[in-house]
Amino acid sequence: MKKITVKLVVWRQNGPDEKGFFKTYFAENIDTDASFLEMLDVVNEGLVKNGSEPIAFAHDCREGICGTCGAVVNGEAHGPREKLTLCQLHMRSFSNGDTIVLEPFRARALPIVKDLVVDRSALDRIVQAGGYISVRTGSAPDANAIPVPKKDADQAFDAAQCIGCAACVAACPNASAMLMMSAKVSHLSSLPQGQPESKQRVLDMVSQMVKEGFGGCSNEYQCEVACPKGISVKYIAQLNRQYLLSAIKSE
Amino acid sequence: MSQHDVSKRKTLDSKIPEGALSEKWTQHKFNMKLVNPANKRKYKVIVVGTGLAGASASATLSELGYQVHTFCFHDTPRRAHSIAAQGGINAAKNYQNDGDSIYRLFYDTIKGGDFRAREANVHRLAEISVNIIDQCVAQGVPFAREYGGLLDNRSFGGAQVSRTFYAKGQTGQQLLLGAYSALMKQVNAGAVTMYTEHEMMDLVIIDGKARGIVTRNLKTGEIASHTADAVLLCTGGYGNVFYLSTNAMGSNVTAAWKAHKRGAYFANPCYTQIHPTCIPVHGDYQSKLTLMSESLRNDGRVWVPKKVGDDRHPSEIPDDERDYYLERKYPSFGNLVPRDLASRNAKYVCDEGRGVGPTKLAVYLDFRDSINRLGKDAIEARYGNLFDMYQSITDSNPYEEPMMIYPAVHYTMGGLWVDYNLMSNIEGLFVLGEANFSDHGANRLGASALMQGLADGYFVISYTLGNYLANVDLNSISLENESFLSAEKDVQERIERLLSIRGTKTVDEFHRELGLLMWDKCGMSRNEEGLKEAIRRIPEIRKSFWNDVMVTGSNNSFNQTLEKALRVADFLEFAETMCRDALERKESCGGHFREDSQTPEGEALRNDTEFTNVFAWEFKGIDNKPELHIEELEFENVQPSVRSYK
Repeated sequence: MKKITVKLVVWRQNGPDEKGFFKTYFAENIDTDASFLEMLDVVNEGLVKNGSEPIAFAHDCREGICGTCGAVVNGEAHGPREKLTLCQLHMRSFSNGDTIVLEPFRARALPIVKDLVVDRSALDRIVQAGGYISVRTGSAPDANAIPVPKKDADQAFDAAQCIGCAACVAACPNASAMLMMSAKVSHLSSLPQGQPESKQRVLDMVSQMVKEGFGGCSNEYQCEVACPKGISVKYIAQLNRQYLLSAIKSE
Repeated sequence: MSQHDVSKRKTLDSKIPEGALSEKWTQHKFNMKLVNPANKRKYKVIVVGTGLAGASASATLSELGYQVHTFCFHDTPRRAHSIAAQGGINAAKNYQNDGDSIYRLFYDTIKGGDFRAREANVHRLAEISVNIIDQCVAQGVPFAREYGGLLDNRSFGGAQVSRTFYAKGQTGQQLLLGAYSALMKQVNAGAVTMYTEHEMMDLVIIDGKARGIVTRNLKTGEIASHTADAVLLCTGGYGNVFYLSTNAMGSNVTAAWKAHKRGAYFANPCYTQIHPTCIPVHGDYQSKLTLMSESLRNDGRVWVPKKVGDDRHPSEIPDDERDYYLERKYPSFGNLVPRDLASRNAKYVCDEGRGVGPTKLAVYLDFRDSINRLGKDAIEARYGNLFDMYQSITDSNPYEEPMMIYPAVHYTMGGLWVDYNLMSNIEGLFVLGEANFSDHGANRLGASALMQGLADGYFVISYTLGNYLANVDLNSISLENESFLSAEKDVQERIERLLSIRGTKTVDEFHRELGLLMWDKCGMSRNEEGLKEAIRRIPEIRKSFWNDVMVTGSNNSFNQTLEKALRVADFLEFAETMCRDALERKESCGGHFREDSQTPEGEALRNDTEFTNVFAWEFKGIDNKPELHIEELEFENVQPSVRSYK
């Protein structure tokens, strides 16, 4: 069992309207088998014992599926490992004596709540604008009434894996939510059940994204690199195509 | 309490409808009163929690026209821990033509629950299971499909038919996103008012009926009251009473416990499910346990060294010095015995000192023979994502050396007592999903939790809530009502008290101490002496918490330490009731093994003459013993038998 000590440079901000600043902490004798968030737990235990306020960070399932956690670690959303949420990053990815700079996801549409915690309700509002199939409970036909080609079902699943963590927004130089939104649009439009609303859906969701203050896409592909679920930028291309077609037809 | 006392207790009325088992729900649906469509909008319904049960209930009730106000403590309703369920969802569709039916799903669930669930509820669940799949597919849930475009199924958790629908290892995620999208649709339509980052702090009862809740806004600390004509708790399980579990960090008992303190009975709290295949604990800093799908036992062989203290690397231990203990003890089921047996036997071999790994609290799950037989590619195709996850957490390569696994707390079958209509003993308080006790008896089968959450939310509450509202006389109430004001004051005082202690120990230190005690005394294997000791020690830990905990920060901003302290304070009260329930149930059943109730071969011994019943506890004050109420379980269709896996 290996133990390391790392220096943390952490963004502290007491509230949405307060001024933030970097503060340095040392995480001492951390087991390299510990997860990154467990390392933060250890640091926080020490802070609380001294009567200081711990570093606020969002987290819940700690198994990479709920999408609650996330911070920028040394400039990378969710840290240095690919296709991993922050909760699945382990301290063996770091060396003794490393300096780790820890910041919240930064975007105009994701205001800071406290320290590393940001408000991602804008993503909910994008989904509310049309990220669903309108089906009343009880009105569904038999599940096998409409066959779905396996290829389409697999693509729908692939796109549906988005966990709504907002790493794509944090990684994008324009703070765009295109990857998250395009994943939802492609998930639903890959399926026959999603067809009736597909045109209006894409128009409404894009319009909401703009309203929320997210930027546009300029093909930087940083979102795909940051995405813990490996969602491909090809869905952004699909979304753009659908948007164009829908916009022309709705004129 | 002696058996004699128990028999004198008043029994609870489960309001199971008359008639043949398969007709009860259909008849009941017809007999229930309806609320006129124009009147539905006059009723305000509060839903607490947005997992499968809460999100589906919110969407469905708002579609019917009720004013729905939905609360969750997460930053968005999509985070609820239903999202982490891996394996799948059962439904009696019989698409595989392999002999499944509603009756068989009902039968398997009753037997799997070790004959401690209500027949009528379970049959209804099996009936509704087929509608759930239809609903989810229509919403766009991307279930696995065959090349012909139709839905695929797999056999799960030892079932003899393939009735499990799945979306790779992310079925819970996809089902929750389906329910969440239905909820978002209704929010967009203005039919649901959504309150995120609001935690329920108390239930308010006026004239004997649930009429509202008190919440704390987690971002601002604001304490506020909300009135309602009915309150639905969809707040999940209490596995985190053990500190380490597969639950999310925020999962808690608070909403259910507050309702209990206001009079709702807590049923079978000692029924917890311990999942056999989790990644073992690796250090004191450990914050949670990670489940590995139990499908791994299809191809992995479980073993420990025969010799105590054998520290050799597993590859250096020859076959004749390995003990494949599940294959040895249960030759016909082998490594595929049900969850409770697999878990208990892992504990036994570790208790004997034959555990492996640095902590000696682990057993091997070895794929060497399967890889030799089927090839690495075949194993990778089946379990690739699980092997990757294991390697990312443990830094060990399961293709080359055996996995190490150990049981962990996973699901809680116990919960608030509800009748057939999902209403608690408090009028107007409904409890759905894992938060209630109703459908899984003493042991839940794999792929049944998702089924129950969605059945309750989409298809049961939509009828039974209407029947309640159509029959009840509700006075108009205001937030100025004394019950709201005093509940708010209680919450404020509790928070101020926590913040003013400024002691020397952290919330986690207390939580960890409680968790270790519960795991040791009220975990996989329990005995009278241990439970009595726990009942003695829990109040001591609780007292020490209220004297010596350090909660930093203030109430008027985002304060995660305070959130945690409030939840742990409730676990410290609840744990005692859980141990009392375990003490009183002097039999082994399902996931609950009482050491003083076993066969000469060391297998679980159920006691059907005395314990074919539900224990429902009534709160009598924090330092007083709760009062026991009994619901007798009638088995009219299935004869309780001994589960044998030899």
